[in-house]
Amino acid sequence: MSSVLFDVPGPRARLRHRLYAAIGILVLVAAIGFVLYRFADTGQFEGRKWSWLEYKNIQLTLGEALLNTLKAFALGAVFALLFGAIFAAGQLSDHKVIRVPSMVVVELFRAVPLVVLIFVFHYGVSLGSPLYSVVLGLTLYNGSVLAEVFRAGVLSLPRGQSEAAYAVGMRKTQVMRHVLLPQAVRAMLPAIISQLVVLLKDTALGFLITYDELLDFARDIGSQFQFGRPLVPVTIIVAAVYISMCLLLTWLATYLEKRSRRDKKVIALEKKPAEDVVAAAV
Amino acid sequence: MDVLLDNLDLYGPGFLNTVELFLISAVGSLVLGTILAMLRVAPVPVMRAMGTAYVTIVRNTPLTLVFFFFALAFPALGIVTADTFGGSAASLFYTAALFALTLYTAAFVCEVVRAGINTVPVGQAEASRALGLTFGQMLGSVVLPQATRAVVPPMMSTMIALLKNTTIAAGFSVFQAGSISANLAERGENQLIGLLWVAGFFVVLVIPMTLLQRSLEKRWSIAR
Repeated sequence: MSSVLFDVPGPRARLRHRLYAAIGILVLVAAIGFVLYRFADTGQFEGRKWSWLEYKNIQLTLGEALLNTLKAFALGAVFALLFGAIFAAGQLSDHKVIRVPSMVVVELFRAVPLVVLIFVFHYGVSLGSPLYSVVLGLTLYNGSVLAEVFRAGVLSLPRGQSEAAYAVGMRKTQVMRHVLLPQAVRAMLPAIISQLVVLLKDTALGFLITYDELLDFARDIGSQFQFGRPLVPVTIIVAAVYISMCLLLTWLATYLEKRSRRDKKVIALEKKPAEDVVAAAV
Repeated sequence: MDVLLDNLDLYGPGFLNTVELFLISAVGSLVLGTILAMLRVAPVPVMRAMGTAYVTIVRNTPLTLVFFFFALAFPALGIVTADTFGGSAASLFYTAALFALTLYTAAFVCEVVRAGINTVPVGQAEASRALGLTFGQMLGSVVLPQATRAVVPPMMSTMIALLKNTTIAAGFSVFQAGSISANLAERGENQLIGLLWVAGFFVVLVIPMTLLQRSLEKRWSIAR
C-alpha cells in the first residue's frame, strides 16, 4: 500500500522496517517495564492501596460521584445544544440588530477560558451550589462553539437547497426549519458529538470549585491514610471511567459518520470533512 | 478600574506566568506532537499502534485529570519529588503543570499534523518520486508546502485552546492568570470585578488570534 510519504517498500526497506519494529517494541517494553518497576517499588500493587474498592460505602460514593458528573454533563449538553441552536439562528439572521449581538456573544464566550467563566459564576456572582456554576459555564462555552458548528453546517449546504425552497414559496422560518436545519444537523452530527465529548471532559473542571464529581472523589479517597493514600490507584480507576465514557461517545460519532457516508440522503460537504472538525475540538 | 490598578502586582506577574506556561508548553507540544504524528503515519505497524494508543488515551482524558495526576499522584511514584527541585513545592507544581499541558496538547497537535499530511494527494508524492526526488526533497518541496496550508489554521485553534487551558493550573497551586481572583479575595477586593478583568484580558489576547486564524483559513483554503 502506497501512502503519501512512503513508497511501497522493497526488500531492503522491509528489512529496515522490521528493524524499526524491533526497536519500537524494545522501547515500548522498556517503558512499560519502568512504569511497572516504579509501581512495584513504591508499593502501588499492595492490596491495601486497592482494598477501598471492596467497601460498599465507597462503591456507593463512587456511583454518586459518577452520577454527579453525568448530571452536569446531561444538563450542560441539553442547555448547550439549545443555546447553540438559538445563537446560530441569531447569527444567520437577516436583521443586523439580531445578527451582530449574537456574533459578539458567541465570540466573547469562546474567547474566555471556561475556568474563568466558572469562577465568575461561582466566586464572582456566588450562584450557590457549584452545580449551577458548572452547568452555566459549560452551557455558555460549549453552546457558543456549537453555535459556530450549526452555522458552519447551514452555510456549507449547497445554495440550491434554500433557493429551491424559496422557489416553492416557503417562508424564511420554513426554509430554515424544514430544509436547512435537518440537513445541517445530520451533516454536522459527528462534530456535534465530538463537542459533547469535550463537554463531558470539561465537567471535570467542577473539581476546581469543589463540585463533588469523579475527581473530587479521587482526591477524597486518595488522601485516606487507612488505605495508604492510594492516589495512583484511584487516579487510574477514575481515568478509566472517563476514557470509557468518552470512547463510547466517540464511537457513536464514528458510527454516525460512517452511516451518513453510506446514506444518500445526506449531502456530502466538500469543504469540512468531519475528521478535521473533530480534530479541532480541544 | 481600581481593582485592576490597585493590584497590578497580581495582574502583571499572573499574566506573565500564563504566557510563560503557554510558550514553553506550546514549543514542547509542537515537538512531541510532530514526533507522534510521524509515528502515526510511519510504515511500521508497531509505531502506528503506539501513536494511536497515545492519542486515543490522552484525547479522551480530561485535562483536569492529567493535571491531577502530575500534581498529586505522580510524586507518589517517587521518580521526582519536591527534593528534586531543592525542596521547592512551587517548582514541582510548575513542572507538573508544564508536563500536563504539553502531554495533553501534543495529542491534538498530532491529529492536526496527521490530518494535514493526509490532505496531500498521493499522486503528488508519487509524481515527485517518479521525478527522482529524494525523500527530503519530496518532503521539503512538495508535501510540506501543501500540508502547511491545511495545518496552520487548525494548529492556531489548538494553540488558542492551550492558552485558555493554562488557567486550569489555578486549581493546582500554580500562580497564573486563573489564580489572580483567589489572591484578590485574600486582599478583600471585589472578586467579580477582578474576574471580569481577567476575562477581558483573555478576550484581548484571544480575539486577534482567532481573527488571524480565520483570515488564514479563508485565504489558504484551495479547491482541490
